[in-house]
Amino acid sequence: MTGSARAALLAVDGLRVTVPGAGRPILDGVALTVRDGEAVALVGESGSGKSVTARTALGLFPAGADVSGSVVVGGTEVVGAGSGALKRVRTADAAMIFQDPRAGVNPVRRIGDFLTEPLRRIRGESKAAATARALELLGAVGLPDPPRHLRQFPHELSGGMLQRVMIAYALTADPRLLLCDEPTTALDVTTQAEIMAILARLRRERGLGMLLITHDLDLAAAVCDRVYVMYAGRIMEAAPSDVLIAAPRHPYTRGLLGSAPPLTGPLARLTPIPGAPLGLAETVGGCPFAARCPHAVPGLCDTTEPEPEPEVDGDSMVACLRAAELGASLIEETQGESS
Amino acid sequence: MSSVTVSGPRPRFGGAAARLAAVARLTWPVRICAALLVLVVLGAVSAPWLAPYDPASGDLSSTLAGMSGDHWLGTDAGGHDTFSQLLAGGRTSLLGPLGVVVFSTVSGVLAGLFSAWRGGWVDALIGRVLDIMFAFPSLLLAILAVALFGKGLGAPVVAMAIAYMPYTARLVRGLTQQEKMRPYIAAYRVQGHSGTFIALRRVLPAIGPTVLAQSTVNFGYALLDLAALSFLGLGVQPPTADWGAMINQSQAAVLEGQPLSAVLPALLVVVVVVAVTVVGEHFGDRLSGREAKA
Amino acid sequence: MTAPLLEAVGLRKAYGANVAVSDLSFTLEAGGALGLVGESGSGKTTTARMLIGLEQPDRGGILVRGKPLAHASRLERAKAVQIVFQDPYLSLDPRLTIRAALDDVLRLHGHPDRPGRIAELLDQVGLGEREAAARPRGLSGGQRQRAAIARALAVEPGVLVLDEAVSALDVSIQAQVLNLLADVRRETGVGIVFVSHDLAVVRYLCDEALVLHRGVVVERGPVEALLQDPRDPYTRLLISSVPHTGWSPEEISKQRRALIRG
Repeated sequence: MTGSARAALLAVDGLRVTVPGAGRPILDGVALTVRDGEAVALVGESGSGKSVTARTALGLFPAGADVSGSVVVGGTEVVGAGSGALKRVRTADAAMIFQDPRAGVNPVRRIGDFLTEPLRRIRGESKAAATARALELLGAVGLPDPPRHLRQFPHELSGGMLQRVMIAYALTADPRLLLCDEPTTALDVTTQAEIMAILARLRRERGLGMLLITHDLDLAAAVCDRVYVMYAGRIMEAAPSDVLIAAPRHPYTRGLLGSAPPLTGPLARLTPIPGAPLGLAETVGGCPFAARCPHAVPGLCDTTEPEPEPEVDGDSMVACLRAAELGASLIEETQGESS
Repeated sequence: MSSVTVSGPRPRFGGAAARLAAVARLTWPVRICAALLVLVVLGAVSAPWLAPYDPASGDLSSTLAGMSGDHWLGTDAGGHDTFSQLLAGGRTSLLGPLGVVVFSTVSGVLAGLFSAWRGGWVDALIGRVLDIMFAFPSLLLAILAVALFGKGLGAPVVAMAIAYMPYTARLVRGLTQQEKMRPYIAAYRVQGHSGTFIALRRVLPAIGPTVLAQSTVNFGYALLDLAALSFLGLGVQPPTADWGAMINQSQAAVLEGQPLSAVLPALLVVVVVVAVTVVGEHFGDRLSGREAKA
Repeated sequence: MTAPLLEAVGLRKAYGANVAVSDLSFTLEAGGALGLVGESGSGKTTTARMLIGLEQPDRGGILVRGKPLAHASRLERAKAVQIVFQDPYLSLDPRLTIRAALDDVLRLHGHPDRPGRIAELLDQVGLGEREAAARPRGLSGGQRQRAAIARALAVEPGVLVLDEAVSALDVSIQAQVLNLLADVRRETGVGIVFVSHDLAVVRYLCDEALVLHRGVVVERGPVEALLQDPRDPYTRLLISSVPHTGWSPEEISKQRRALIRG
């Protein structure tokens, strides 16, 4: 693969995060890569650990957590890093956009002050230079009237506009990697398309790598090159987007695909995954998905932990004990549904 | 590969074990305070049986006595047994604030709940009236009541209850306004429940614990205010025993070098106020913590 | 000719100068399911609140089986229209167990056999004894929404309004609740007004839909026809905004700007 030759912006390996009092690790053996200029999605339901994984890239770990493994961002190891290295990662290598843009701004400060502060304090730019840069960034995220927005307060902007301000804020650090944690979940569908368009353009123009955290498998596949599917703190499956949608190899991925009603094509009754996502208090012996899996074999899946099996190209993997046996039948199920 | 432990507060989990841990961590000062309160209340309630002497009649043959087998905590200038007076004084000193709190809580809850539930101009009007009532200092209002209706326990208690009412009313009004906005209250309306039912049977129990916590703290303030009034000679009149009045009566004793009859009631006032406040605030904190978690 | 199950006639609601809903009319036949599709600010939630009587329309009215809702008593209204809100955690009383919450509604409406009806409801929404004895805090998101659905169905309403009732749920749980709602519709014949921003979900549950944009119905019709041959540019934008393979958000962004300008 040509992709493998590109430098890794984010390389997570064997990441395990445990907190005292929980029944299972928050993250267990998480491994993922985001290369230069690549868009990668991390998909999962609530409690899957997808947000926790993204935060580790900025050196943000849950309070009181035991962390082992490796998280390398732009060449810097974040696990166990000192505050100097962390500051460099956070101000130069990676920046994050969150779900709720209103939670990330001080409501009584003007957009201009909010945007120029990091430029002046961290990059030491003059006030005039910082303002010029803020104007440029607001233009870059497609806001119609940057000079006016600089003087506005957060409450004067709609959610979609404010999320664009947050993207501009993330860009003040001039990062190579953008971590987007459910950036459009709180927004309308048409606004979601708008934000995704801006992110796509920024990626193209600036060659940014992106890690998109989302619960929406369709969105992930539509805008990203590769998708990782997480469940209960583990990566269940990873594959290029089109492959994952057309030929899922993990029963969980298959279940997620069967859970979303289609907008086009024949309308069959949904085949939801039974039960509920695994809570943090619950313990795991074997495969965490075994209890909900229609293909689980008693005595095997609930006792033996599946080892992630990477593919030859390095872009795909699946953590299922029965992946080889199930392969063809899962694809058949999926295609039978969409034809 | 490396391994680190992130320092910081332990994450909070639901579950009985965590709650038990929280109780074990928080309650020692609270437990001591609660035990002290129980002791004081028991003493006050059983004063007629426990007191070795009649607290109202002094024995002029043994005035200003020190601690002894006859008089465990000595006597004052009038020959009253200090221990007996402390026990009997507890009754009036606790009963007064209790009256203040009961009256102010009941009237405050009714006013606040009604105001917030009705909303509109009724709420605006009641809000204004409460603002005006806030302008009256409780102690001055009580002194005014004494001037008008005479000394004793009754007039100051009523006056202070009126002065304390706006605090409860404002709290209840705010909590009710907040609760009223929640979808589950809308759901009750959709199910066909009447406004009165929702307000009294659903909203009131929901905000009740927070209001009770506030009332507990109010009890401490009322105790302090009433003791001050008695000390000024405007409250409970001798020969009825009262902690504030005891301090007042013992000024001579202090000068004579037998300060026990003044120091001990003062100490009791402080202990009860602190204990009530600690217990009340612990109660309130726990409730607001639960709110934050939910 | 019998009157339709639910009829909204010329509904209008304004908050000050901001017109949330203007001249909205629709009918819902018994056993039908109607989708109200729109984004935030479309007026769909205001419409839902008018249907259940939490808001009074400035103009127009709502008829249930030909009778104006405005003249109905509290209990009559409750039996006519019920609602399931978006967030079951906020719409269930935190202090009542699920069983107590159900008992509460049934007692209010004077149901003759409350324990029997509760058992029936729990069975219908797929909750067990453990869930019935729990408070909302002790339940998962999906279980809470099942409880909220049971509570809404308790008095056998004619119309069930679902206000983004599956939007807050995880994908796998959403599918379970959607299937439950489809079953409820089939088994009870309750009329459904499904308020949602999600076209795919509306397609799964509804026969017909209204597309709302800034308080105005821009398009209406059978869902399949709407999806396959949308006439209004806003409907087209809404459909193309749903992510799919080969999706180009930048194209949609251009489309959206053209619409805002036009």
